Amino acid sequence: MADLVDLQVVDKGLEAGLAKLTPQRIEQVINSVLSQAVAGRMKLYLSTCVHCGLCADACHTYVSRNRDPDFAPVAKVKDSLLVMIQKKGRVDAEFMKNAARIAFVECGGCRRCSMYCPFGIDIATMIMTVRRICSLLGMVPQYMQDTTNSHSATSNQMWVQPDDWIDTLMWQEEDAQLEVAGLRIPLDKEGAEVMYSVIAPEPKVMAQLIANMAVVMTVAKVDWTMTSGDGWDNSNMAMFSGDLEIMGRIEREHWERALELRVGKMVMGECGHAYRGAVYDGPKWLGWQGPPLPMEHAVEFYYDLLREGRLEITDKLTEPVTIQDPCNIVRGRGLHEKLRYVVHALCDNVVEMDPKYEHNYCCAAGGGVINCGPPWKLARLKSIKIKAEQLERTGASLCITPCHNCHHGVEDIIGHYHLDMRTSFILELLVKQMKMPAGAGE
Amino acid sequence: MYDFLRGPLVWIALITFGVGLTLRVFWMIRTIGKDPTVLPAMTARHSLRSIFFWLLPYGSRSMRTRPFFSGLSYAFHVCLLLVPVFAMGHAVLWQQSWGIRWWSLPPLMADLMTAVVLVAGLVFFLRRIMAPEVRNVNTVWDYVILLITLGPFITGFIAYHQWLDYRTIIILHMVTGAVWLIAIPFTWLQHMFMFFFSRAFMGSEFGAVRNARDW
Repeated sequence: MADLVDLQVVDKGLEAGLAKLTPQRIEQVINSVLSQAVAGRMKLYLSTCVHCGLCADACHTYVSRNRDPDFAPVAKVKDSLLVMIQKKGRVDAEFMKNAARIAFVECGGCRRCSMYCPFGIDIATMIMTVRRICSLLGMVPQYMQDTTNSHSATSNQMWVQPDDWIDTLMWQEEDAQLEVAGLRIPLDKEGAEVMYSVIAPEPKVMAQLIANMAVVMTVAKVDWTMTSGDGWDNSNMAMFSGDLEIMGRIEREHWERALELRVGKMVMGECGHAYRGAVYDGPKWLGWQGPPLPMEHAVEFYYDLLREGRLEITDKLTEPVTIQDPCNIVRGRGLHEKLRYVVHALCDNVVEMDPKYEHNYCCAAGGGVINCGPPWKLARLKSIKIKAEQLERTGASLCITPCHNCHHGVEDIIGHYHLDMRTSFILELLVKQMKMPAGAGE
Repeated sequence: MYDFLRGPLVWIALITFGVGLTLRVFWMIRTIGKDPTVLPAMTARHSLRSIFFWLLPYGSRSMRTRPFFSGLSYAFHVCLLLVPVFAMGHAVLWQQSWGIRWWSLPPLMADLMTAVVLVAGLVFFLRRIMAPEVRNVNTVWDYVILLITLGPFITGFIAYHQWLDYRTIIILHMVTGAVWLIAIPFTWLQHMFMFFFSRAFMGSEFGAVRNARDW
């Protein structure tokens, strides 16, 4: 059965949505979503599933919650989408509240279960369909809805105002000049080789990462630019809240800035879901065949710079280091080998997690789960005991997390389970361990 | 009775099975075709790659994590497909009815394979009852469908050993066989065909779109 503590959580967003639900509205929304394009696959999956339960062991929430059968992926579908289809949308408000909790908090859409289902049933897409229904019914956790509202109003995730954005870049430029004299963060430079975009939490709370990247770009002699206009933020929480209209709008803005600047390609910081939004979900929703320009995740970008010798590593870490495989760039893009190449260039003693690569466990923070905010933090951490055990077995003192969600997720896991470990982005190691040009800081 | 079973019922069962599955597949491709993201993303290479590794014994990590269950499940499916087509008694019927001659299983072999199906079926049945993660999502239909599948094998096994009244049992065997064939397009037994499609969709999604492996 579901965790009783989780059931007591009061989320203002869900409660507010609940108060406005009527049976007619629920029925109408469910049936309209389930009559759309995605319905074909949903029906194929639901009529093919033999209820064998082989997906259960694949899910970090199930194995972390003492194998509680309600946390098996198949059970999550059974308790949400399946009943909606069977009852043709005639479900009550309490059912919707429970379905919302399952879809937003107990599944991050990491897609690991699909790799353990003999039929390759795409369970994550089914759960995302439930989120879409919840979003249209106004049943989204308050904190996540707030990020979506921010996207809608400011085009970035964290209510960063245009002047704050420019100011942060100038401030980071000054900081980076301490490393490389005369360094600039080029803004709106037309025809640059690379447009670099970040997620809004970087200017908001981790601004030093922007300075770090400016140093890397300068030392590697990359012809790059950032944009001053809306669209500088590549994150997309609307993709996870189920507000696909806003999701598509912000992906279009993001790409439009790059196209206006006529850059050669887009490079993004170490974030997994932003990559997914820009390369897959955004273009798909907008009816594009794919991204209009090449998009490189930071891992691919570092890989190219290191291979081409544009960056040289002078110091290597000797402490035991492990690597978290973010779902959206490993299961979602196959970047695990390039990630290894980069990490091995920086670290001498890499201890792999078991399992690794596409089979690695999720961080339980991505897919919008961490964005459900403080009310759900304990539920999230209870659902990821398996990652704590996995991390502990490596004996590593540092976990490299090339994704913002993984980074925060693993940081929370380390705190909650009292692990003797810290986390780092690749970028933070790179700036410390790469060869700086002679007299750079003078 | 016997003549009806031997003639029209076989036809009814085979036609329902064939037409039912064809319509299922046709309808499925039509509805999925409305989703602009699925069919255009499909590639033969990645579809076949995924199907291959999931048909190969222990080809996927999922199978390797449960060596006993995977082996049993694999043996179950192989025997389940081969015995009805190649059992000696059936081979004779194929030849008498349609003049089709093909290889037939030695009787002892077919008997052993049937036993494998029955033992595996029993294990599946118990697993559905005993494993909490399976019981939690099972309805009475899941047990009924498993029994429908095992029916022809139970009766065939008894008939071959001539344990009870042969004529009654052989009639039951034909009826249960027909029920099984008819049930396939209407229940999750359709996974015998849909497996290839759902795997192809996922294989292409992982392989062609996301550059990753799905096994």
